[in-house]
Amino acid sequence: MAQGDKSPATPSAPKPAPTPASFARSNSGSTVSQKCLGSESIVRSLEEVGVDTVFGIPGGAILPTYDPLMDSKKVRHILVRHEQGGGHAAAGYAHATGKVGVTMATSGPGATNLVTPLADANMDSIPMVAITGQVGASLIGTDAFQEADIVGITLPVTKHNFLVTNPADIPRTIAEAFHIAQSGRPGPVLVDIAKSAMQAETTFEWPQEINLPGYHPVTKPHSKQIREAARLLASARRPVLYVGGGIIRSGASEQLRKLTDLSGAAVVTTLMARGALPDSHPQHLGMPGMHGTVPAVAALQKADLVVALGARFDDRVTGKLDSFAPLATIVHADIDPAEIGKNREVDVPIVGDLKEVIAELIPELMAEHEKNGKPDIEGWWNQINVWRETYPLGYTKTDDGLLAPQHVLGRLSEISGPDSIYVSGVGQHQMWAAQFIKYERPNTWINSGGLGTMGFSIPAAMGAKVGQPDRTVWAIDGDGCFQMTNQELATCTINDIPIKVALINNSSLGMVRQWQTLFYNERYSNTDLHTGHGEMRVPDFVKLADAYGCVGIRVEHMNEVDAAIKKAESINDVPVLIDFNVSRNSMVWPMVAAGVSNDDIQYARGISPAWDRED
Amino acid sequence: MTRHTLSVLVENKPGVLTRIAGLFARRAFNIHSLAVGPTEHEELSRVTVVVDVDELPLEQVTKQLNKLVNVIKIVELEPASAVQRELMLVKVKADAATRSGVLEVVSLFRAHVVDVVPDAVTIEAVGSPEKLAALLGALDPYSIREIVKSGSIAIGRGSRSMTDRALERSARNN
Repeated sequence: MAQGDKSPATPSAPKPAPTPASFARSNSGSTVSQKCLGSESIVRSLEEVGVDTVFGIPGGAILPTYDPLMDSKKVRHILVRHEQGGGHAAAGYAHATGKVGVTMATSGPGATNLVTPLADANMDSIPMVAITGQVGASLIGTDAFQEADIVGITLPVTKHNFLVTNPADIPRTIAEAFHIAQSGRPGPVLVDIAKSAMQAETTFEWPQEINLPGYHPVTKPHSKQIREAARLLASARRPVLYVGGGIIRSGASEQLRKLTDLSGAAVVTTLMARGALPDSHPQHLGMPGMHGTVPAVAALQKADLVVALGARFDDRVTGKLDSFAPLATIVHADIDPAEIGKNREVDVPIVGDLKEVIAELIPELMAEHEKNGKPDIEGWWNQINVWRETYPLGYTKTDDGLLAPQHVLGRLSEISGPDSIYVSGVGQHQMWAAQFIKYERPNTWINSGGLGTMGFSIPAAMGAKVGQPDRTVWAIDGDGCFQMTNQELATCTINDIPIKVALINNSSLGMVRQWQTLFYNERYSNTDLHTGHGEMRVPDFVKLADAYGCVGIRVEHMNEVDAAIKKAESINDVPVLIDFNVSRNSMVWPMVAAGVSNDDIQYARGISPAWDRED
Repeated sequence: MTRHTLSVLVENKPGVLTRIAGLFARRAFNIHSLAVGPTEHEELSRVTVVVDVDELPLEQVTKQLNKLVNVIKIVELEPASAVQRELMLVKVKADAATRSGVLEVVSLFRAHVVDVVPDAVTIEAVGSPEKLAALLGALDPYSIREIVKSGSIAIGRGSRSMTDRALERSARNN
C-alpha cells in the first residue's frame, strides 16, 4: 500500500475457517512420485499440504532445507529475528486465519527457543507445525554440536511430535503432522528431521491416506446427550452460556448467535472467546473470571444452568473451584473428552465439534419450546439488568497527570473499530484490552491466554497481519512484554508487514506491581522498568521505533490520544508505534483475588457488590 | 486409593514408553509397576500399568492417555475377570544347614530353583502379587539377598482378544 494512503483498507470477507470436523475427513489427491533429496521432499510436502507462509531462521542442521525453500513458488519464508518470534508469528497467523501456522528452526538452541511458543499454542489449542533440523542420524545421542533432544523436551508441550531419520518418511510424517495439528482439538506438532535425512536421496511420494490407528477425534455428538441439554435449556430459569475459545476454533460463532437468540440465555465469553458473540448483543454480559465484569461473574454464581461450550473451567474463570456456580447444573460440550469433568463434575457431558453440537442442539431446543413453551426467564433478566446498571465496567481517573490506560483502549476501539484485529501481550494491558475494546467478530482478538506468555504480542501481530493483510492489525503491548520480543519490528519493516503498536507504557511490570500494591504492602520489588515517568527512558521507545524504520509517536496527554491513533491508522507502508505514557497507579478492576470465591469479587478496591446481603 | 491395572495397547514405535511414563509423572501419578512387551501383531506392543489411584483421577489419566496419538486402546482389567501374573527371581541364603528348609518352601509354593551355590539358592516364582508376597514372607527367615520382579502382566479371561477388537475399530474409523 502506498505511503500516505488515507483510505482505510477494505477488509475482505473473512475466509471461512476450516473446522476440525472437515479436517478429520480430508485427504489429498496428489499421486506424484519423484526422485529428490530429503530437503526437497520437505519443501514439496509443505507445498502439497498447502502452506503459503513459513516463519523461521536457518542454521546448521536445517540448512539443506533452506536451499530448495529459496526456489519455492508457493511457500513464502519470512526471516524472523528470534525463533520465539517465529513461533508466535505462526500462532498469530493461525489464530487470524484458522489455518495451520508453520515455523522452522535449526537444531539445539534454535529448537529450544521454540519451546515457549509450542507450550503457548498447546495451552490455547492453536494449530501449528514446527519443523526443526536435527543433527545427522549417526550423531544423535553423542552430544554433538547444537544437539538437543527436542522431541524429548517438547513431549509435554505439544499435541504430538516426530523424529524423522529416514528420508522416505518425510512426506507421510509431514502429512500426519498437519492432520494432527488441525483436526480434533487443534494444537502444535513438532517434526524434528535429521540433517542426514535432508541430504540423502529419496523418493517423494505423497501419502494417499492418513493412517493413525490411535487417533480418532470425535466430532459428532451423542444425540441422547444433545436432547438432555436441550431439555435443560428449555426448562432452566437462570441459564448462562459459558463460551470458551473452542467456539472460535470450531468456527461456530454463527451457530452460537442462533442458540443465544433462541434460548434467551445470558452469555459470557472468556478471555479466549472474546468476539465469539458480538459485544453489542443484548444478552452478552462480557468476560467472566478474575477480571471479568460483575454481571458475568454474578450470573455464573447465581445460575441454575451453565452450558459450557468449548471452555475448560480454568482457575482464572472459576476462582475457588468449590464455590464456582454452586447452584448450577452443568452441561459441558467440548471436542476434547479429557476436558469434560477435569475440574468440575458434569451433569450432561457432550463430546463433539461445537459447530455440530450447536447445529444439533438448535432443532432439539426448538422442539422443546414447541412442546412446553419457552421458559420464563424474565426474573433472571431483571436481576441481571440490576447488576448491569449498578456495576458497569468503569475506571477512575488518574491522579498523576498521566493517561488512563482504559481511556486509551476505549478510544482505540472507537477509532479503529471492530474490523481491526487486536493482538495483546500478557498483563494489565491485556486485561484492559479484553475489557475496553468492543469485539464484534471472531478471530479479531488474539492473545496468550493459558500460558500467559509475555512477549506474545509483537510477533503474533506480525503473523496475523501476514495472514490477514487487508485488515488493520493493532498490537497492544506493555512496556515489559514489548522488551521481550520487539526485535520482530525489524522483520515487519523489512518484509512490508505494517502492524501498529499501541504501547501501554506504565514504566513497570504493571500486573505484578498491582499485586504488590494489593497484597505486598506496596513494596515494589523489582517492578520498575524505567521506560518513562521519571528522568530515565531506557529505552526511549520512540527512538527505538525510529531505529527499526517504524514511525514512533509519543502521547503524554489526553488531548493527543485521538490524533495519534488517527495518524497511525493513516500510515500503511511501515509499522507505527505509539508510546502511550499511562499512569502506573491504574489498576485492573473488577478483580477476584487468586484462590478466593467468585462471590468475593471486588468491583473496585475495597468495594464488593452487595448481592449476598440482598438474598 | 485403590489399585488398578490398566492394559494399554500401543503402536510399537520408539519413544512410546516415554510418552506414557511421562504422562503419569506429569499428572503426579505413582506407577506401582509397568511391564511392556510385543504382542501377536508385530506393529503393536502392550503395556501393563499398575497404579494406586482414586476413581476420578484414574478417569482423567485414562482420558489423557487416550489422547496420545500412539495409544490405540486402554482397558482396565478387573481382578475378577482377568488373570494377573508377575515373575520374580529371588536369591536366598542357603547353606547345608538351611537348604532343606528353603527347598521345602520352594516346593510348597510350586516355585523352582534356577541356580545353586554352596551358600545360596536363586528361586524363580510366577504368580499373583499376593502369592509372591506370601512366598517372600516364608523365605524371610532364611535371609533374602536380592529380589527382582518383572512387574505385573494381565490378560482378560474368556475368548475375546483386546488386540483384535482394537484393530477392527481402528480399521473402521480409517
